[in-house]
Amino acid sequence: MKRLGAGSRHRIGLTLNGREAGGWAEPRMLLSDFLRHALGATGTHVGCEHGVCGACTVRLDGAPVRACLTLAVQADGRRVDTVEGLAPEGELNDLQKAFRRHHALQCGFCTPGILMSLDAWLDGRPAPDEGEIRELLSGHLCRCTGYGGIVAAALEAARAARAGDVGEDD
Amino acid sequence: MKPAPFDYLRADDEEEAVAALAEAGDDARLLAGGQTLMPMLNMRLVEPAVLIDISRLPGRAGIEDDGTLIEVGAAATQASLEAWPPLSARAPLLARALPLIGHVQTRSRGTVCGSIAFADPSAELSLCLATLGGEVVLRSRAGTRTLPAAAFQTGMLSTACRADEMVAAVRFPAAEPGAGYAFTEFARRHGDFAIVAVAAIAQENGIRIGVGGACERPVVQDWPPLAGSALDDALDALAWSLDAADDHHASARYRRELVRGLGKRAVQAAQETRP
Ligand SMILES: Cc1cc2nc3c(=O)[nH]c(=O)nc-3n(C[C@H](O)[C@H](O)[C@H](O)COP(=O)(O)OP(=O)(O)OC[C@H]3O[C@@H](n4cnc5c(N)ncnc54)[C@H](O)[C@@H]3O)c2cc1C
Ligand code: FES
Ligand code: FES
Repeated sequence: MKRLGAGSRHRIGLTLNGREAGGWAEPRMLLSDFLRHALGATGTHVGCEHGVCGACTVRLDGAPVRACLTLAVQADGRRVDTVEGLAPEGELNDLQKAFRRHHALQCGFCTPGILMSLDAWLDGRPAPDEGEIRELLSGHLCRCTGYGGIVAAALEAARAARAGDVGEDD
Repeated sequence: MKPAPFDYLRADDEEEAVAALAEAGDDARLLAGGQTLMPMLNMRLVEPAVLIDISRLPGRAGIEDDGTLIEVGAAATQASLEAWPPLSARAPLLARALPLIGHVQTRSRGTVCGSIAFADPSAELSLCLATLGGEVVLRSRAGTRTLPAAAFQTGMLSTACRADEMVAAVRFPAAEPGAGYAFTEFARRHGDFAIVAVAAIAQENGIRIGVGGACERPVVQDWPPLAGSALDDALDALAWSLDAADDHHASARYRRELVRGLGKRAVQAAQETRP
């Protein structure tokens, strides 16, 4: 059994976007805060801290999870993927390009979480329908877009992945 | 919105978990999927001194079907049950209810046993367990006992689970030949807790109906086969018999009306899906 005392900080090592990363955390530190404050990965946003808004969604060992409902110590030794890992610095992946084309973001606060949910979900489903995408998006709140553009972008990214072809940039 | 300090223990098996529970007593909380407990910690509604993580018990992460009962261990997530290949054939009621629990992003960590242990009056899984007549396996350092669902859930957020016990597994009766199953609920948005949920099982010689969300815990009744106005009358009597409560989500009257409407839909759908 692993025992970590309340008052002290403990070494956490994980694979962040394919690279080894590490930092120190008290047991009560949330994974969302660990990513942002200890590792400087501020792409993961924090909205509600009770699992409702979806802004903090990351992939933990591949599955989409709420980083605000996960302790940093629970991610020790595991794989965490965040929005920073979707494409090399300065580039966008197909899903991100589709978001740009379809105006699927305005302020962008909700976007990292939505991208990570869609990234996880499109992995296993080559031909999602609109209903399925809307159901997945029910786990996210966007205060700006009205979701129409997000649905269109997700459908286009799935189509592009099927065809192995990528649309124009703008 | 940050938890108060606590010691973190990660149990590698059930024995360690119950030993730690016995030692820490009332100051400890089990942490399963965290989809209910973490928000409570973040909001400081609870401030346990010790958190015992049971989300990674290799021996309790699985789903086992012995031909009569489907046993789901304490570390099995709602997503893993949803993805269990024989689910729709062996447990059609669960197959219909699981997608209605929260979201893909909460089912990935939320456990089946955690939901049953927390005993929210609206929890889909508690309603399924009660309607199917399943059982709960409780484990402490002193030993193991098994309770029927109706004896386990004693009220709103309260169960027969003692402070030194954990829900080691829950067992859902597998689909019976010739039976039809349906689950329907009304919530403000997809993934929200249901204001009222109804589970129905239709068999040649009768109907079983379960109602969640209306009272402190699920209410289950057995009826002879009914249709048309006889079904309406039975639903009306059921709606009036419920000790339904007003809260900020809905009035008691509205809840009773939902029982009539959703009840009819569920019973008819169960009858139609009978093989
Ligand atoms: C946005 C959102 C929406 C949700 N919507 C729904 C919904 O529509 N319907 C629904 O039913 N639920 C919903 N939930 C709750 C979710 O289903 C939880 O996963 C579930 O209620 C608790 O399971 P858990 O494994 O996450 O338990 P935890 O949060 O880890 O624990 C919950 C409580 O149960 C205790 N506990 C956990 N496991 C055990 C055990 N094995 N033995 C004894 N005690 C135990 C813990 O100590 C704690 O007190 C939602 C959650 C979120 C964040
Ligand atoms: S910050 Fe985690 S769901 Fe809102
Ligand atoms: S783009 Fe502003 S919240 Fe979604």
